[in-house]
Amino acid sequence: MKFDHLLAIEDLNKEQLVHLIDNSKKLIEVSERDIKKVPALRGRTIINLFMEASTRTRSSFELAGKRLSADVINVSGDSTSVKKGETLLDTARTLNQMCPDILVVRHKSSGAAHFLANHLEGVSVINAGDGMHEHPTQGLLDCLSLKCKLEETGKSIEGLTLAIVGDVRHSRVARSNIWAHKLLGNKVRLIGPRTLVPNNFVKNCFGNDDFISTHTSLEEGLEGADVVMCIRLQLERQSEFFIPSLQEYTNEYFVTEKLISELAPSALLMTPGPINRGVEVESALIDGPRSLMKNQVKMGIATRMAVMLSLISSGENNEDIN
Amino acid sequence: MKILIKNGFVIDPASKLENNADILIEDTKIKDVQASGIISEESVDKLIDAKDKWVVPGLVDLHVHLREPGFEWKATVGSEVRAAIKGGYTSICSMPNTNPANDSAEVTKYILKKAELANLAKVFPIGSVSIGLKGKELSPMSELYKAGCVAFSDDGEPIYNAQVMRRALEWCEMLNARISCHEEDKNLSCCGSMNESALSEKMGLKGFPGIAEDVMVARDIEIARYTGGKIHICHVSTARSVELIRRAKKDNIDVTAEVTAHHLLFTEDQVKGYDTNSKMSPPLRSEEDLQALREGLIDGTIDCLASDHAPHEEDSKNTVFDEATFGILGLQTSLPAILGFINDGLITRTKAIEILANNPAKCFNLPVGTLKIGSPADICIIDTEKEWTFSRESNLSKSSNSPFFDKKFKGCASTVLVDGRICMKDEEIIER
Repeated sequence: MKFDHLLAIEDLNKEQLVHLIDNSKKLIEVSERDIKKVPALRGRTIINLFMEASTRTRSSFELAGKRLSADVINVSGDSTSVKKGETLLDTARTLNQMCPDILVVRHKSSGAAHFLANHLEGVSVINAGDGMHEHPTQGLLDCLSLKCKLEETGKSIEGLTLAIVGDVRHSRVARSNIWAHKLLGNKVRLIGPRTLVPNNFVKNCFGNDDFISTHTSLEEGLEGADVVMCIRLQLERQSEFFIPSLQEYTNEYFVTEKLISELAPSALLMTPGPINRGVEVESALIDGPRSLMKNQVKMGIATRMAVMLSLISSGENNEDIN
Repeated sequence: MKILIKNGFVIDPASKLENNADILIEDTKIKDVQASGIISEESVDKLIDAKDKWVVPGLVDLHVHLREPGFEWKATVGSEVRAAIKGGYTSICSMPNTNPANDSAEVTKYILKKAELANLAKVFPIGSVSIGLKGKELSPMSELYKAGCVAFSDDGEPIYNAQVMRRALEWCEMLNARISCHEEDKNLSCCGSMNESALSEKMGLKGFPGIAEDVMVARDIEIARYTGGKIHICHVSTARSVELIRRAKKDNIDVTAEVTAHHLLFTEDQVKGYDTNSKMSPPLRSEEDLQALREGLIDGTIDCLASDHAPHEEDSKNTVFDEATFGILGLQTSLPAILGFINDGLITRTKAIEILANNPAKCFNLPVGTLKIGSPADICIIDTEKEWTFSRESNLSKSSNSPFFDKKFKGCASTVLVDGRICMKDEEIIER
C-alpha cells in the first residue's frame, strides 16, 4: 500500500488506516534495539519544514527518518527566508530543488500542507500539523498507543467510546482523532463549553451524525467512556472571549481521578500534545496508571517511520527493516 | 455621424421594448428606435447588423474595484475599463478603497481623468463616506459629489459608529445620493476566511458567520427608516439579509440591494481543497442562502447584479487560505453567468436586462442604462449562441484571480458602443 502524501486522516479509508497502525506497531521494536537503525531509506532525503514551534513532533520526525537511514535536515520558521519576506511557496520550492523524497510540513494555516502538495512536484508531503485542521501522524500515533495498551488486556480498539474534553474547536489533534475513530467504528463524544465545542460539530461535519455527540456537561460526557482524551486549552482563548476566565473553565471541565473513577472506572487517559498541568487535568492523573502518556513518544517515532515507508515503497517488503 | 443597428432583438424593459427593432444613433445619443425596416438607411454613415443577436442597454455595474490610485500592480483604470467593455459593461462605479482613498475631489478627478484617457467604459466614482475609510470623520461629500462622485461608500469597511452613518445619510439627502453599505460587523467576522458552518469547522478555518452581515443590514435599515435616507446594500450574501431587505421595502424604506454572480452560482463547497480563488468578502454561503438570493433577485427584493470585481495579484492568492487576499474578478463573467441563468430557465431575459442595466442605473440615479430616445448611445450587442471558455488569454484584467478559468459559457457581449463610439466590434476592443 503506497501513498502519494499524508495530508489528513479524512483522506484515508479504514483499510489504509489499519494498515498504517499495524505497520507502525511492527516498527516499535526498531527503537528498542541497541543499534536503532535499519537501512530501508538509505540514500533518501527528508526535509522537515517547521514554520511553527514544536519539540516532540519535529524531533520525532527527525529520529524516525534517521532510524530508517534517510538523510534528514531540519528547517525551522525562525531560520527560513520567510523571515526575510520570502513566500512560503518560494521557500518550499527552493527546498524542493534539493530533491527531497519527503517534505514534512508544519504551518499555522489550515490547508498549508494541501497547498504545498498541490504546488510542488516530485515530492511526498507529510502534514505535521496545519493550523486547526489536522495532525494526521498524531492521530495515528494516538491510535497505536491505544491499540497497544488495550491489547495488553486482550481488548480491541474497535467498538469503543472516546470522550474528547477541551478546546476541540481549535484542535487539529482532535480532528485527526475524530476521523480515525470514525473509521474504527467508535463513538466519539466531544465535551466542552459551547464556545469551544460548537453545535456545528454534529451537523454533518464529519460525514454522519451517528457516531458523534457534543456535551456541555463533563459528567454526562464522561459517563461510561472507555477512553478520555484531554485537549489543551490555549491560554489566549480568554482574550478572544471563548472563556470568561481560566478559573471558570477549570471549575467546569477539570478532569480528576475522582470523576473518572466514579463515572468511567475502566477508562484510559490520553493527553496528546502539550498539556497545562492543573488546568485541564489533575497532575496525578497524568502520571497515574490510566495514562498513556509515557509511551507516546516511542509510538510517535514508530508511526512516523511507518508513514515515511508508505510514501516511498509499498511497505510490503519488510527485508530492509530487519 | 449616424449609426444604424439593424435587425437585432431589442430588449429594454425600461422603455418596454422586447421585439425586433432598429436603433438609430446620431453622434452620442439614441435618435430613434423603430420596428425593423422602418428607419431609412439613407444618410446613415455606418450599419451594424445585429441579426440573431440581442441589442440591450450597455450594462451598468455598481461595484467595481479599479485599484487606482495606489494599487496599480493589481489593476489600473485603463486595464479594467477594457475588461468592462469585454464583459458588456459601459458604465462602472468604482469603489473608493484606493490609496489615497477617494475622499477628496483630487482623487475623484484623477480617476475621471484616467477614465477619459482610456475612453472605453464610463467610470462613475463612488466617494468615501468617511475620511480614509476610517469611519470617524465624514468626507467632504458635497465636494466629492460636485467633482463627479455618484454615491458614497466605505466599501470593505463597515461604518461602526451609528451616528456617523446617520449624519452621512442626512448629508446625502441634500445631494439625493445613496450610501452603498458593506455590511459586516468585523467583531463577529474576526479573522474569518470562509462561511462559518460545519464545513469551516471541519476544514479548520475560522468562520465568517452570516450574522456579521445581518446585524449591520438590520441596523442600517433602521437608521434609513429614521432618517429617510437612501441606502444600498452591497453584495448581499445571506437569506436573513434578503428577508430584512424584503420587509424594509414593504415598509417603504428607501433601500436597494445588489448580489454578485458568484453568490448566485456557488456555495461554500467551492472552498473545499482550500481554493483561494473561492475566498471573498462576504464569503460564499450555504445552499439555503444561495436559494434565498435567487428568490430575492426574482421577486425584486434584490434590485441588481454587481460584479464586486476585485483584482488581486496572483502572488496574493498563491498562498495558504487564511493569508490569501479576499476577492475575485467579475467584469467578464457576470453577463455570461446571467445568460446561463436564462438558458436554465431561472430568470427571464426581461429580468436579466433589468438587473444588469435598468435597475443599477436607477439605484444610483445614473443617466444611463436604457435605450430610451435621447439617452446616451451606450449599447451592448449580445451573441447569445456563442460558446466559449473563459481563459487567461481572454481575460483582460491586469490580475487573474478568477475561479471561472476553464469554465464554459454560452453567450457573450460581441459589440459595445459608448456614447455612440464603437468600443468593441465582434469581440475586438477598438481603442482610440
